[in-house]
Amino acid sequence: MLGALVIVFREVLEAGLIIGIVLAATRGVPDRAAWVTLGVGLGALGAGIIALFAETISGAFEGAGQELLNAGVLAAAVVMLMWHNAWMARHGREMVAEMTTVGEAVTAGRRPMTALAVVVGLAVLREGSEVVLFLYGVVATGTSASSLFVGSVLGLAAGAGVTVLTYYGLLSIPARHIFIVTTVLIALLAAGMAAQAVQFLDAAGMIDVLGNRLWDTSGWLPQEGIVGRLLHTLVGYTDRPTELQLIAYLVTLAIMAALTWFAAPARSARAAA
Amino acid sequence: MRIFALALLLAAFDPPSAAVAQEFNLVIRDHKFEPAEIRVPARKRVSIYVSNEDATPEEFDSTALKVEKVIPGKSKGLVRIGPLEPGRYEFIGEFHADTAKGIVIAE
Repeated sequence: MLGALVIVFREVLEAGLIIGIVLAATRGVPDRAAWVTLGVGLGALGAGIIALFAETISGAFEGAGQELLNAGVLAAAVVMLMWHNAWMARHGREMVAEMTTVGEAVTAGRRPMTALAVVVGLAVLREGSEVVLFLYGVVATGTSASSLFVGSVLGLAAGAGVTVLTYYGLLSIPARHIFIVTTVLIALLAAGMAAQAVQFLDAAGMIDVLGNRLWDTSGWLPQEGIVGRLLHTLVGYTDRPTELQLIAYLVTLAIMAALTWFAAPARSARAAA
Repeated sequence: MRIFALALLLAAFDPPSAAVAQEFNLVIRDHKFEPAEIRVPARKRVSIYVSNEDATPEEFDSTALKVEKVIPGKSKGLVRIGPLEPGRYEFIGEFHADTAKGIVIAE
């Protein structure tokens, strides 16, 4: 039972963190619960479909179907996160202004919840399909399935607990800082995803350059440890990064910074005036 | 500049024909890896064909090797690893981590 709990928790940890960050970043958006629920629901549905066609996907593209799918899902999430941060850079300032005057609900409704709902959906989809396959194995074996099933449900519950902790942890940050904090968190999240995506392309045999290991910090901060896992999702920590992973990470951060810079209207308007 | 970019693009997407990846075979049976130890050349790309003979899916998982790959029941999967520095790299079948354990030794 404990084994199943650990496996399921490990798989849902990343999605749990991402949902917590998204909820904190969208504080005050009226329909955000509906959007996030929609994202989780569609992600779970997609996870089921992917699990169902696991064999077909695995065999596609000369055995690289799974890696290409993972890379694609991660890349899509990165683009959505970029869109969100660019949008926030454009409208975040007026929102802060309005929060102090008319209240936060008015402009908040226009925020790109679709982008973040997609990010949530993709996170659930990617990790969820592995949970579904694991559960399928549990059910198929039959032996002591009920105790494994209980463990899996507890693992899911623990993942939801991570969402709650992340959310309330971020909520404790004062409102005037929350924009910058979530913007930075989302940029780092995206950079980490980009580094993962290039590794999947490498594993798919699509890329065969800059695959050498840059450093090895697995001795003092192993990526499979709990702190390593948290940092892996939050800031993209990798204990043995390749050259290409570091480049993807830095390029994504640079694009995020550039988007934030160019999307901000107030700065250019002020410069022109 | 454009030629340089093109060359970079070609280098990135050209299949690694010059350095033909060495191939190894691995079987998952009764939630165990056979063989449980693979010796591969260091600093080379290596392909491992994993054949899952069990009826249930398994996830070939290793942070050390940077691999996370589901291999459905009664099917095969290709795991590409390397180039690896000399050393020992553990991997597990995550869905049956208590029995499915293995190690890649790069030398």
